[in-house]
Amino acid sequence: MTRFSPDNLTTALEIVGRYPIAKSATIPLLHLAQEQDGYVADDAMEHIAELVGTTPAQVLGTCTFYEMFKREPVGTYLVNICTNISCQIMGGEELLHHAEHTLGIKAGSTTPDGLFTIEDVECIAACTEAPCLQVNYRYRHKITLEEFDQLIEDLRASKLTDEIPPHGTLARTRQHIPDDRRAGNALPSGVPEPVWLARNNEGAES
Amino acid sequence: MAVTDAPKIITTRFDQADGHTLDGYLATGGYEGLKAALAKKPAAVIEEVKSASLLGRGGAGFPAGVKWGFCPPGVFPRYLVVNGDESEPGTYKDRLLMEKDPHQLIEGVLIACYAVGCSQAFLYVRGEMAFAQERIAQALNDAYAAGYVGKNILGSDFSVDIVLHWGAGAYIVGEETALIESLEGNRGMPRLKPPFFPAAKGLYLQPTIVNNVETLANLPWIIKNGGAAFAALGAENSKGMRMFAVSGHVKNPGVYEVEFGVTTFRDLLYAPVYGGGIRGGKELKAFIPGGASAPWLYPEHLDTPLEAGVIGKMGTMLGSGAIVVFDEDTDMVKACLRLVRFFARESCGKCTPCREGTSWLEKILERILDGHGRPEDLDLLLDVCDNISVGMNWPPKQTTICPLGQSATTPVASAIMRFQDEFEAYLGGPAEITVEVKGPAFVGPYVQEAASVD
Repeated sequence: MTRFSPDNLTTALEIVGRYPIAKSATIPLLHLAQEQDGYVADDAMEHIAELVGTTPAQVLGTCTFYEMFKREPVGTYLVNICTNISCQIMGGEELLHHAEHTLGIKAGSTTPDGLFTIEDVECIAACTEAPCLQVNYRYRHKITLEEFDQLIEDLRASKLTDEIPPHGTLARTRQHIPDDRRAGNALPSGVPEPVWLARNNEGAES
Repeated sequence: MAVTDAPKIITTRFDQADGHTLDGYLATGGYEGLKAALAKKPAAVIEEVKSASLLGRGGAGFPAGVKWGFCPPGVFPRYLVVNGDESEPGTYKDRLLMEKDPHQLIEGVLIACYAVGCSQAFLYVRGEMAFAQERIAQALNDAYAAGYVGKNILGSDFSVDIVLHWGAGAYIVGEETALIESLEGNRGMPRLKPPFFPAAKGLYLQPTIVNNVETLANLPWIIKNGGAAFAALGAENSKGMRMFAVSGHVKNPGVYEVEFGVTTFRDLLYAPVYGGGIRGGKELKAFIPGGASAPWLYPEHLDTPLEAGVIGKMGTMLGSGAIVVFDEDTDMVKACLRLVRFFARESCGKCTPCREGTSWLEKILERILDGHGRPEDLDLLLDVCDNISVGMNWPPKQTTICPLGQSATTPVASAIMRFQDEFEAYLGGPAEITVEVKGPAFVGPYVQEAASVD
């Protein structure tokens, strides 16, 4: 299944409806496709193009710019090890090498069982907690080599499935704007001056 | 100046277990700033923020109230875009603000929208921050249900939707025009300024305010306590409190909210309540004062206050509040390569000097580290830098649409000018430097009297 399922189509339409211009939903919908299939399939991009009113080529163009989007399947667990400056000087490169040896693969590749992919990533904003990594974008701070081994063991034993969903799933809480609370999209043309700004012209200062 | 006992402004709920929930937020004065703002005219709210002299906390350090004033009069709709794409190496503060106190950010967004007259807000959270996205989604859902966001907020005529948007992995999207491109569903490539100054032609070519997460998080306090109370903290051009992430070789790496403008680097790196000194009894070798893009500073600069004007005169910047500390054992050539590699990987490829320059810098540095460097390589590196940012001065000259390219030249110029001997050790012999480097932080020595701020 690579086009959106009926449930995901409902979600997709809700997301599209939050933007004044549908094309703005491109990146959130690419995430939704990746959540559904674990990667972004060509058919999914065609479906997204239909939903946001653009072309599959434009969706592909956007997709390929961003590192999080995978155009072919990766491991169930994407292990992103930071080697940028704060992590580098605190053992991030040693952690990466250890991970490569432990899993028997180089950064950028996937174990034969399809369980793990390792990536050598740029700063993930946990600099005071170096060295750090993310598994499917869930953080592990100040991780030792022993803790890394334990993490891999726990993931293999499916002990962390509550905390760490399969690759593709980002936030498990979605925004939902109730119809009766919606202010409405501000289209780029034809929106008058907001009513509350008229207060600037009232006489007395409150 | 020693460690001050100024009250915390934006990190007060970090240790509060339910600080991220609506109930926990309301129990600690939450949304009172919004109520106070709604009791004022929008123009009066802008004046309050201007009087606080709140500098943008994203990197460029532009006064927030002044930035708001750049929207052309009479052109609507206006949009607010929140820059939560924190990814400058060394920077760790916006993620904490989003995870631990999402309602504070939402309240700040509402105050800004009310003041400027924005009809819709987009909260752009970095893609890799799944937990922050969850916290903000929950906070928005709760705030909508309770009447704080959406239509007729708190029964008033003020209505605005806040849309949670999330990225997908690209440092350059932290640049405001690239952020807008990304929010429009495109590749995150910066736009030329002019004409595309966001306040004039931003999202969907409409007037758009792009503010950093930390900047907006300060607004509830400023409106509740007044701009003057905020401006009473700090010094000179650097008012209020500010978050700094101290990472690297200190005993207590951490994120600290300190009084801006008066706290010194020595306080932040050595005070027991902050960094606690260099770990393992080592000596300090160098530190980055404001993220990967900032020229480096050295032990002789420790007594300089964290004051934007002073730091600017020294030829560097506080940028995104990211201080990375190197001890005496750090291999500065390796550190330089790692920073350059980052910029080479993250260059969007739009402008030739950046796209080609950063990748050549990376290749030449790799060659040196692999032991295949040539004596003329240091000059070659600086020559490439000179072609990206002419003269390697401060503020840096720009040959590209955005500042990413010139940012890659700062670690190269810093490392070569200060640690030439370390490069020569890799080269196996002396190297001659003929390219002129002008930036005061690169060439030193820094004149201490420039730092004579309270």
